[in-house]
Amino acid sequence: MSLCSFGVEPLSCHAWNKDRTQIALSPNNNIVNIFEKKGKEWVKIHELTEHTERITGIDWAPESNRIVTCASDRNAYVWSLKDEVWKPTLVLVRINRAATCVKWSPLENKFALGSGARLISVCYFEEENDWWLSKHIKKPLRSTILSLDWHPNNILLAAGSADFSCRVFSAYIKDIEDKPGPTAWGTKMPFGELMLEHKDSDGCGWVHSVSFSASGDQLAWVAHSSISVADAAKGKEVTHLTTDYLPLLSVLFVGPTEIVAAGHDCCPFQYTYKGPGALEFVKKLDMPKQSSKTTTSAMQHFRNLDKKATEEDSTKLDTLHQNSITQLCIVSGDKAKVEKYSSVGLDGAMVIWEFKEDLEMSSRKGRGLLIIFGVVLMTLFAAFLFSAVEPYHTPRHTEHTLVDSPRISR
Amino acid sequence: MSKNTVSDRFRKVDVDEYDENKFVDEDDVGENQGGPDEAEVDGLLRQGNLNGALHAVLKNPPLNTKNHNAKERAELLVVRVLSSFKSSDIEKAVGSLDKADVDLLMKYIYRGFEKPSDNSSAVLLQWHEKALAVGGVGSIIRVLTTRKTV
Repeated sequence: MSLCSFGVEPLSCHAWNKDRTQIALSPNNNIVNIFEKKGKEWVKIHELTEHTERITGIDWAPESNRIVTCASDRNAYVWSLKDEVWKPTLVLVRINRAATCVKWSPLENKFALGSGARLISVCYFEEENDWWLSKHIKKPLRSTILSLDWHPNNILLAAGSADFSCRVFSAYIKDIEDKPGPTAWGTKMPFGELMLEHKDSDGCGWVHSVSFSASGDQLAWVAHSSISVADAAKGKEVTHLTTDYLPLLSVLFVGPTEIVAAGHDCCPFQYTYKGPGALEFVKKLDMPKQSSKTTTSAMQHFRNLDKKATEEDSTKLDTLHQNSITQLCIVSGDKAKVEKYSSVGLDGAMVIWEFKEDLEMSSRKGRGLLIIFGVVLMTLFAAFLFSAVEPYHTPRHTEHTLVDSPRISR
Repeated sequence: MSKNTVSDRFRKVDVDEYDENKFVDEDDVGENQGGPDEAEVDGLLRQGNLNGALHAVLKNPPLNTKNHNAKERAELLVVRVLSSFKSSDIEKAVGSLDKADVDLLMKYIYRGFEKPSDNSSAVLLQWHEKALAVGGVGSIIRVLTTRKTV
């Protein structure tokens, strides 16, 4: 776990470049800062200023090295690096409300943009006119889109929205790609087709974040007081788990069955999903350090008691983040097996976490294997011993054979 | 002066009602949503079976009805049951409820806070503390975000 503080302003969003040496983030204003890791320090190398309002989403396409940003000024720009300078290209998203989130598709030939205009704008580059065009998904969205995630097949798109529902749409654009094959979510996928819509019956609040699993068959989302997983491989069955914590704001699949979620509790939580009906909380991933009681002088002690009626003088939280975590992002590995992931929060800090598979489980399996191996070895050894020792124990037997053997001639 | 300055009835029109993009909740009216059975709860209270009364009063919550009377009656009944517990028994009583009931209890408690009467707030605060220990902050979040209020 390593923490890096980027000032006191909350970090709205962040994105990594392909080799994770550079990070693009926005400190709650209309500027995107790109930092590069030089040694142990992060040094600002670029500043992207084109937006006029607060930036709400940044995504960096690893292969094509393009950054897409969206902001409350109802615009989105695609930035390309030319001669060490990032040049913006305006995207015609045609929305009349703020954009809220943006995500490149896995093949990076299009991106999806969620907005407060109750629609999702899927934008793609048109070669003839050299500009970015967009197609809208409107029905049946009833409120602001809060989060988006693409399915690995580059066609399906999950959207979490403020109308308490999580939906999966098809974002198939026939101008730029081939017809997709059937998936567990459905077979017919024209643009805008609704593959899944799930509204919490108890109205468990806005869907803050969505995440597909590595295979794309499972979809996890977090709402105000619950985390849910829809399993397309098992008939789109939805498993729901209400949490006892403050609302979770971001969710990420880190393994085939492991999910990490974080939110207003300032600490990432690990959940595991093994099948329909089997979604459970595993543990908190932030080990709070036991704060060593520094020896304070008697004067300090009584001064605190007098002024603040408390003996301790600490307002710091136990967790690494001192304020809510707003976004989680994979740093190394891929969704099938994440090794490191990063979180940014309202405290202006970015923390890189390491995800370890449950160590107890792996050592238990290892121990079992060792035991079996040992037993096999022992039996082999015992068999060998017996075969070697037997002649000693039955000497008469061998004598007889020697006598009877034709080799000994009388 | 022009004619339309005479009447100001237009100021009282609720413009949001006519907004075609207005978000409409789905109304599924449940059948057994009339609120807990008063007679049953009364009987259990008189017998002194406080735990039973608690379980009975948390049945059939009037979640889906628009009938305010049903909600009022349910709330008064719940506050009555909660007030009749001794302070030392509250923790055990909360322990005997399952998760969904703890959430429902939290909803009633917050509803009770809205209209305080006599000693009800003090009693409700004690219940709140114990229910929070079991349900966690999540149960309060659910009270705040639920579309179906009790």
